[in-house]
Amino acid sequence: MAAVEDIVTEAPAVEAVPKRAMTLGTGTSLVMLGLLLVVPLFVKNFIIFQMTMLLIYGVAVLALNILTGGSGQFSLGQSAFYAVGAYTSAILMEQFNVNYALTLPIAGVICFGFGFLFGQPALRLSGVYLALATFALATAMPQLLKLGYFEKWTGGVQGLVVTKPDAPFGLPISQDMWIYYFTLVITIAIYIFSVNLLRSRSGRAFMAIRDNEIAAAAMGVDVALYKTLAFGVSAGITGIAGGLGAITVQFVAPDSYTITLAISLFLGMVVGGVGWLPGSIVGSAFIIFVPNIAEGISKGLSGAVFGVLLFLVIFLVPHGARQVAIVGQQLIGRFRKN
Amino acid sequence: MPVTTRRLAIASAAFVVFAASSGSALAQKKYDTGATDTEIKIGNIMPYSGPASAYGVIGKTEAAYFKKINDAGGINGRKINFISYDDGYSPPKTVEQARKLVESDEVLFIFNSLGTPPNSAIHKYMNAKKVPQLFVATGATKWNDPKDFPWTMGWQPNYQSESRIYAKYLLKEKPDAKIAVLYQNDDYGKDYLKGLKEGLGAKAASMIIAEESYETTEPSIDNHIVKLKSTGADVFVDITTPKFAAQAIKKIAEVEWKPLHILNNVAASVGSVIKPAGYENSQGIISAAYLKDVTDPQWDNDPGMKEFLDFLAKDFPEGNKLDNSVIVGYGVAQTMIQVLKQCDDDLTRANVMKQAANLKDFRTEVLLPGVTINTSPTDFAPISQLQLQRFKGERWELFGDVISGDVGG
Repeated sequence: MAAVEDIVTEAPAVEAVPKRAMTLGTGTSLVMLGLLLVVPLFVKNFIIFQMTMLLIYGVAVLALNILTGGSGQFSLGQSAFYAVGAYTSAILMEQFNVNYALTLPIAGVICFGFGFLFGQPALRLSGVYLALATFALATAMPQLLKLGYFEKWTGGVQGLVVTKPDAPFGLPISQDMWIYYFTLVITIAIYIFSVNLLRSRSGRAFMAIRDNEIAAAAMGVDVALYKTLAFGVSAGITGIAGGLGAITVQFVAPDSYTITLAISLFLGMVVGGVGWLPGSIVGSAFIIFVPNIAEGISKGLSGAVFGVLLFLVIFLVPHGARQVAIVGQQLIGRFRKN
Repeated sequence: MPVTTRRLAIASAAFVVFAASSGSALAQKKYDTGATDTEIKIGNIMPYSGPASAYGVIGKTEAAYFKKINDAGGINGRKINFISYDDGYSPPKTVEQARKLVESDEVLFIFNSLGTPPNSAIHKYMNAKKVPQLFVATGATKWNDPKDFPWTMGWQPNYQSESRIYAKYLLKEKPDAKIAVLYQNDDYGKDYLKGLKEGLGAKAASMIIAEESYETTEPSIDNHIVKLKSTGADVFVDITTPKFAAQAIKKIAEVEWKPLHILNNVAASVGSVIKPAGYENSQGIISAAYLKDVTDPQWDNDPGMKEFLDFLAKDFPEGNKLDNSVIVGYGVAQTMIQVLKQCDDDLTRANVMKQAANLKDFRTEVLLPGVTINTSPTDFAPISQLQLQRFKGERWELFGDVISGDVGG
């Protein structure tokens, strides 16, 4: 055990990210926000739907980013939390007629609890072993959802169809646009919460654990508490994303939340830049649009094309979007000097 | 400007009255999004990647068939633009692709999208948008619901129709049967079981003496077979997918259980089930079919089968004739062409749906003789007839008449 721990702690898999480098500058943030606010007014409903999915997967990737980039723990089980969130929302809306907006905090709380509890046994594991344990969670989830005992609520393999909410107060906008802005508000709230969390005392504790667990413990950080807390927060946010996903897609089924989803989210985090929160949206764009591009290039070999594209990204910019952003910033800086 | 609008309004009002009074005898060119004088846009969603990618060949067969039609001049001068996307059998992706097809590519309708969960995911959307979701590639019974979902229609015989046919056979031939059922624990298995019970009617409770279900994750179903044998049943209804069906046939021979073995059509393939399980173990198994079997020598000189093999040789050389999906894709594409021919110059979504629900004794020649495709505004189940077959020697032998699985049919 000691030897194993040595290996894991010797070379931290996650590179330390300074606190300030976790966010974008104010100017860039405002431009991004402006774009997200204005673009939907000029595009088709289908594009709005895709943008909504972009935000939702962005939130899920962000949640994983807090866990991995923040506290240095791996998870290949995010799809399980996403599924629990989605099913919570869907069941509350369809079986108990709860308002869709109210289902989200409930989904968040349930997933927080679920993640926190899962974090307890996970404490004994680190690095690749933790990744495997969470992997088990992700593979088990679709089958648990099919179990006969829960079928009354989950609808079994058939899944549940969710009614799409209309815009409130008789606002003259389409359902898609309403859900988009609804999602956008929640996304921004979660983003601000996450940034503040990582800048707070808890965030510092997360990062201290990530950088050196023994040193963190020596400085008085309650390692067990903060590790499980990171799991809980990450699961809670993923659950909210799952709930939003259920409302947007209007359908939940066990086949929607397989291990592929967990790996996609993991991929999104790496492509966006581990530990760089704004990268989450870039990673989300990658996992939504690149498969479509790959399919456009070759239908029969879409998987292979996707693999090549992914390989190129990892090879050329191993730190993902963060690296691109830094290079861009330097270029702009040089341009200004001239 | 207002004058023209008013004129237009009067003209169209007059036309409506005229059309209403003269019926639909007048062939006026009418189009919805996705159809023009030169083109018909058809959308399709297939699992080209992911766990069900073996079925992706259906989409490829259809693309090849539509290309053949286009090369021969198209339908009434219009070429088919077949846009097929990959959803990896993941329902959220299906929703994205369906919306892309309907809202971005602007197809006239979506045709033969595959799988029960993916189609369930877009069921409501398609009906809300009033875009036909035609001939979906799944055997679930819920697609035949014209009252609540007037824009969705299946194609293949649904699972309940098939198991009703077995029930009919059992009631007639073995009314005192003691039935043991093994089914896959998902929508497909439960659908079959439901049909069987409904088909047996009041006698279901007394005739079915054992029900066992298995999960697709189980490595072997041997223990279920042993358990079912111990109940003393003399009929075994086998609702399993190919891999498990082969295991069941083998195990039954091994434990020397000799029930009347009824095997569902899903697993009736000679190549992937019977042959691996052993011909000697499979004698006397009963199943039902609606398509001609390529390996069956009795179709060697059959014109319909020749046409299919010609298509494979000329237009789709990469297709494997032993793959059941290829023949299904071919048959469903032919049905689609028939609907489009019936639509003539009225290519509105409503008319496509109307014509799809107006197929009378249509046959694609890969169907068994006597099986016909019939639909009506209240019957959205195109194929509901099958014929029983018994395994003898190294092939299936059809017997009895073509039976309809419709309620009361």
